[in-house]
Amino acid sequence: MEKDDLMLEQLANREYEFGFVTAIDMDISEIGLNEDTVRFISAKKNEPQWLLDWRMKGFKAFQKQEMPQWQNFKMPEIDFQSISYYAAPKQQAKYASLDEVDPELLRTFEKLGIPMSEQKHLAGVAVDVVFDSVSVTTTYKKHLNELGIIFCSISDAVKEHPELIQKYLGSVVPHTDNVFASLNTAVFSDGSFVYIPKGVRCPMELSTYFRINAENTGQFERTLIIADEDSYVSYLEGCTAPMRDENQLHAAVVELIAMKGAEIKYSTVQNWYPGDKEGKGGIFNFVTKRGACRGERAKISWTQVETGSAITWKYPSILLQGDYSSGEFYSVAVTNNMQIADTGTKIYHLGAHTKSRIISKGISAGKGQNSYRGLVQMGPKAAYARNFTQCDSLLIGDLCGAHTFPYIESKNNTATIEHEATTSKIGEDQVFYLNQRGIDAEQAIALIVNGYAKDVLNQLPMEFAVEAQKLLSLTLEGSVG
Amino acid sequence: MLSIKNLHANIEGKEILKGINLEVKAGEVHAIMGPNGSGKSSLASVLAGRENYEITEGEVWLDGKNLLDMKPEVRAREGVFLAFQYPVEIPGVSNINFLRTALSEIRIHRNLPPLSAKEFLKMTKEKQALVEFEAKLANRSLNQGFSGGEKKRNEVFQLAMLEPKLSILDETDSGLDIDALRIVSNGINKLRSADNAFVLITHYQRLLEYIVPDFVHVLYNGQIVRSGTKELALELEEKGYDWLKEEFHGNESINKI
Ligand SMILES: Nc1ncnc2c1ncn2[C@@H]1O[C@H](COP(=O)(O)OP(=O)(O)OP(=O)(O)O)[C@@H](O)[C@H]1O
Ligand SMILES: [Mg+2]
Repeated sequence: MEKDDLMLEQLANREYEFGFVTAIDMDISEIGLNEDTVRFISAKKNEPQWLLDWRMKGFKAFQKQEMPQWQNFKMPEIDFQSISYYAAPKQQAKYASLDEVDPELLRTFEKLGIPMSEQKHLAGVAVDVVFDSVSVTTTYKKHLNELGIIFCSISDAVKEHPELIQKYLGSVVPHTDNVFASLNTAVFSDGSFVYIPKGVRCPMELSTYFRINAENTGQFERTLIIADEDSYVSYLEGCTAPMRDENQLHAAVVELIAMKGAEIKYSTVQNWYPGDKEGKGGIFNFVTKRGACRGERAKISWTQVETGSAITWKYPSILLQGDYSSGEFYSVAVTNNMQIADTGTKIYHLGAHTKSRIISKGISAGKGQNSYRGLVQMGPKAAYARNFTQCDSLLIGDLCGAHTFPYIESKNNTATIEHEATTSKIGEDQVFYLNQRGIDAEQAIALIVNGYAKDVLNQLPMEFAVEAQKLLSLTLEGSVG
Repeated sequence: MLSIKNLHANIEGKEILKGINLEVKAGEVHAIMGPNGSGKSSLASVLAGRENYEITEGEVWLDGKNLLDMKPEVRAREGVFLAFQYPVEIPGVSNINFLRTALSEIRIHRNLPPLSAKEFLKMTKEKQALVEFEAKLANRSLNQGFSGGEKKRNEVFQLAMLEPKLSILDETDSGLDIDALRIVSNGINKLRSADNAFVLITHYQRLLEYIVPDFVHVLYNGQIVRSGTKELALELEEKGYDWLKEEFHGNESINKI
């Protein structure tokens, strides 16, 4: 038997354990957005003047910008004045015990194997002990310290490593980039900071788990990862949010910087609340993620599994600046019911001999609409640069849609760009074949979908791959029969 | 074990099965032959529970249980196995992973304890050897890029793994090379027992030399028009189907008078 399968099996039976997890809670404050809000946030966090000035620049840019209109869906009205922008550390308990929580939500948690304390947290139940692994955390922290690796919240990094923050924050995604990035610059709450020193291979996966707890809050986290020359890091980001009837805004910014010979692997499993079957509620996920391969042979890869959110608007991109640098983008995006995903990547080949590979797998079910949008640009100096793009769509049922928008621009005639695209439907024949072997329709779809997404799921660290597989099945539950 | 009584079925409003009667007892092997388009695969599909067929009349019982009331996956778990005439490809789903899922569903249904990874592995090895199925193929994606013959052999490997009560093999012999036919037949002979039964749909008498049937039936125009022993297959090989067709239409015209 395949080694993979045995390993997967064992992992599926194992407790959920990440090498290192920081939980970042976001809670509620006054509603509304103006210069005072920005000042208030900065003051609450005791920030230095230069950071407040930068936030203000972001706010001014935000005021001048229009909402994007090029996407393949109607941009919802977002009332920026009805959102709360400050994240207080404490949270209000919504329920006294788990018995009061919607059983459907609990069933989901159970299927995902989320531990009880975390289940309570997600559902908004009062929890006495938030995380019981403090000692474990310290052990890891010590180990990382010895290697010179910095892994902390952005707020702490501002205090403890201001020189790094000042040098790199906003250096990949400028404060003027787009309306959501500008907004994030003005009001970002917190996020993760990673620095890997020269020549160091980070010995464990670093991970952050984001969640949105309070009502009427937006979430604006900011992540900055710097891999110095010849270093390596694999970073995971998990997202989830409790069910709410109203829409919530999530506008994060992620910046990655890979120096000469360095490699950054960034994996996301996004499971924000998608809204109910009729499309009520759910997260509006407008995220700007960008990585820069600054030096020769630098490498960045984005892997994303997007199962949640009412709307996903997200194009992790890569600037291939150093010669021989390379970028990869692996994506699975699922839309079921009324979900919308407009996602893809942008890869800018600036240096010579740069290489990129894009594998995108869209899955649409219900009335879900899934668009892939990919830009591959070969600059004038991108001699012998190469890109390969494979973009597949899988349809389940007749009411959903899949759309592909590849944009290709080449200013160097030695560069090569290859693009392959397929659209397929889950066949009745395939489902019947599996039924005939004792597998019910729901599980049949899950098997077929996981098979289809295999090339991308294989890129995820093992623990995440298992969770992602379960999420795919959960998201598609009820999409047949 | 299997009892089919006056089974009528339509597809897209057209009657395909026109009153099938068949009794299959445990331990027996039945062969079904008949010209192209006579309804052999349709019968197999109806037994397996394919939804695009509408049952208009008749009953099907499997060990006293009403088969027609069950969903396809329940029929499978109850022990009905169909080796498809045209097995489908499912990209990215590993053959072994798929079998593991199938077997575990079937075992749950039969109140058997789950197999450990080790036990499963052992069983896989044994069954692979029994039907001489290449390990290399077992580890690939389900039927993806398999040759015609490899797909057929995979059906038999799955049959061996899932240990059904009633196996229906729809032209599993066509597409197999001479050696493969012998190997597959040997495998099936080893799987035969007093507790299971086989229905072999085939066009070729040759298969029946390897797996000797207890009964041979001829399906024509949605009905079983003749049943006999293995000699009937030899007779068909020699004479073709025309004499049966004529006889059948003769009867029909007589009936009309
Ligand atoms: N989806 C369908 N729509 C219309 N007619 C169908 C459909 N499926 C099968 N039929 C018809 O039903 C009849 C019986 O087909 P079936 O596949 O059962 O024949 P068969 O005996 O298995 O033939 P063969 O020996 O060629 O495999 C044929 O006339 C076929 O065209
Ligand atoms: Mg047929």
